[in-house]
Amino acid sequence: MTQVVIAGIGQTPVGEKWDTSLRELAFYAIEAAQEDAGGLRPQALYVGNMLAPQLSGQAHIGALVADFAGMNGIEAVTLEAAGASGGAALRSGYMAVASGLVDVALVVGVEKFTDQVGSIVEDALATASDSDYEAVQGLTQTAQAALLMRRYIFEFDVPRTAFAAFPLTAHANAVGNPNAMFRKAIRPEVYERAGMVSDPLNMFDIAPNADGAAAVILTRPELLPPGFPHPLVQITGSCLVTDTLALHDRPDPLVFHAARLSVERACQQARITPLQIDDFELYDAYSIYGVLSLEAAGFADRGEGWRLAQDNCIGKEGTLPVSSMGGLKARGNPGGATGVYQAVESTLQLRGQAQDNQIPNTRRAMIQCLGGPASTAATHILEVP
Amino acid sequence: MNEKLENILLKPSRPVGIVGYGAYVPRYRLPATEINRIWRGGEGGIPVKEKAVPGRDEDVATMSIEAARNALKRSDVSPRDIRAVWIGSESHPYAVKPTSTVVAEAIGAVPNVQAGDWQFACKAGTEAIVAAIGFVGSGMADYAMAMGMDTAQGKPGDALEYTAAAGGAAFLLGPAEESLAVIDCTYSFVTDTPDFWRRAYQKYPEHGQRFTGEPAYFKHVTEAGKTLMEATATSPDDYAYAVFHQPNTKFPQRAASMLGFSNEQITTGLLAPQIGNTYAGAAIIGLTAILDVAKPGERVLMVSFGSGAGSDAFSITVTDSILERQGRAPSTSDYIARRTEIDYATYARQRGKLLMK
Repeated sequence: MTQVVIAGIGQTPVGEKWDTSLRELAFYAIEAAQEDAGGLRPQALYVGNMLAPQLSGQAHIGALVADFAGMNGIEAVTLEAAGASGGAALRSGYMAVASGLVDVALVVGVEKFTDQVGSIVEDALATASDSDYEAVQGLTQTAQAALLMRRYIFEFDVPRTAFAAFPLTAHANAVGNPNAMFRKAIRPEVYERAGMVSDPLNMFDIAPNADGAAAVILTRPELLPPGFPHPLVQITGSCLVTDTLALHDRPDPLVFHAARLSVERACQQARITPLQIDDFELYDAYSIYGVLSLEAAGFADRGEGWRLAQDNCIGKEGTLPVSSMGGLKARGNPGGATGVYQAVESTLQLRGQAQDNQIPNTRRAMIQCLGGPASTAATHILEVP
Repeated sequence: MNEKLENILLKPSRPVGIVGYGAYVPRYRLPATEINRIWRGGEGGIPVKEKAVPGRDEDVATMSIEAARNALKRSDVSPRDIRAVWIGSESHPYAVKPTSTVVAEAIGAVPNVQAGDWQFACKAGTEAIVAAIGFVGSGMADYAMAMGMDTAQGKPGDALEYTAAAGGAAFLLGPAEESLAVIDCTYSFVTDTPDFWRRAYQKYPEHGQRFTGEPAYFKHVTEAGKTLMEATATSPDDYAYAVFHQPNTKFPQRAASMLGFSNEQITTGLLAPQIGNTYAGAAIIGLTAILDVAKPGERVLMVSFGSGAGSDAFSITVTDSILERQGRAPSTSDYIARRTEIDYATYARQRGKLLMK
């Protein structure tokens, strides 16, 4: 199959960007990615975004961003798959280049939470769940994650404190990421003392909603500008899978089936097994999602994912580093931009440009973002050829 | 003085000072733990220890009268010589009909007087003070009374219910040579920043949650304080005391530390932990607590903050007259010590939170 490489990456700091608009955020990430790519001009733009229609009163973001970035005339569309929107946009860009129909594709993930506060944000986030059967009952994504975590603790007799491994790792890694929202390590006692948000989820089990934008430019290796300065990073696997939208429609709610299938298929395409992964950028919107993602990817058996996270195994010197730049928990959760941030961060790792956060000898990274409780799962494999 | 910045300082051509000041705090206290008990199952942190709650027969008019009478007691001015009574508040009892006429009449300042109500969220009181400085400083009047007083509205269950409190202070501005403290200069920093608002016919204000912090309170308070110090070529060491708008305990502590002030410098004027956020009264009632104990020659920095948003910064130097005036009226700490604790049910009744129809 045609090789698809990452020619440029760009990202804005993640956080409460009250004075930066949706279009400006996207533009800053694009500007950085174009500079990184040595001036490649995209023919198509794929935007990942989940909430702009509800929170910014803005749909039609493909045309908006193309216009604001001075790219009038190119093909541009928005991809929406809740928290997996960024992964969906990345896959569209990948397919466009791999098919040969597009030479250079620009993929942008952008999210702007802070245009609104309070129940307006809760209402918007609830649109990702099954409106007729879940949201109508007042179920929020956070309450749903709490139900999952409670069930997991009950089924597998897990100490609640075991989940601390995910936020502790994320916060420790974010210290070295200049674009992260919370660049401060936390101690286990701080985790244990944190206020309960939706029992058993405490404040540190939940990633903070944040503004941000990230961009990648994809092309074929032969189209790279002469003297391309970065080590090559290739996308060797790409897969997007869906599951039931409502959690109650699943035979076993503690299995992220779509996440499992997307890992299997992406690895199959890349001709690797998950055990060959050096860096796993997983979707830790809730720490229970981190556990279930490890199990879905086959790194641990059902009910054993939390054990894998103990003893710093998921830290950057561990056997399976995750959330190497802070993950959603400490870099921040920029909604539909998440999948593109993961692509940017794993590219930094594979190029050897992750500085303080560099995982030694990284050759293969797997990135995965989820929409809701893995009702959509988008997984990509990135490799140094 | 920094010459480039000096032009933006507000300094009257005729020197002006505070010739009398007075505080008022209603006696009822609602502990923050009571709000936690009702709304949070008794759990969670609290932003202040307790807040002052007005009695059933108290409002901004009655409370302003108390504070204004205290200010008059600390002056040697006849109320007939007062040429302005200006009250800043976001809880004026009437939407149309001034509070200030009621107060002016009650203290004997009518009819040869300007009267008006001011509105700029929590800095309405200091805005009235700046105007009074101009009024006296221009020579149009010898004495002007400016007040900030509130019975603040906190929506039941909202984060602001813990702190929305009642109280405030009155300042009689007059010629510097008669004053107990001289206004060295003021500086105001104002932008269009919608962090907190209440529209007509709304019972309770709304706010932008975390947006009320960095881009609103901290930006305006620190810019106003920093610019005033730069323009006057002063540093925190030059001030014996500093007092800031205090919506809770943490915000003024952090603003002080950002500007380089120590805990010792702000403790005297930091009343929010004991009485809550008195909105238009918050920074200036802190100033009354400082004036109650200040010694001649000591300098005070005060920075208010009003949502919407802006900050007024004041440099004030205490004169020899302070010692003789301090004891003429009840001190602010007297009012804080005069305390009757109530529970949430009594609070709900007193504040009209029970709908009868």
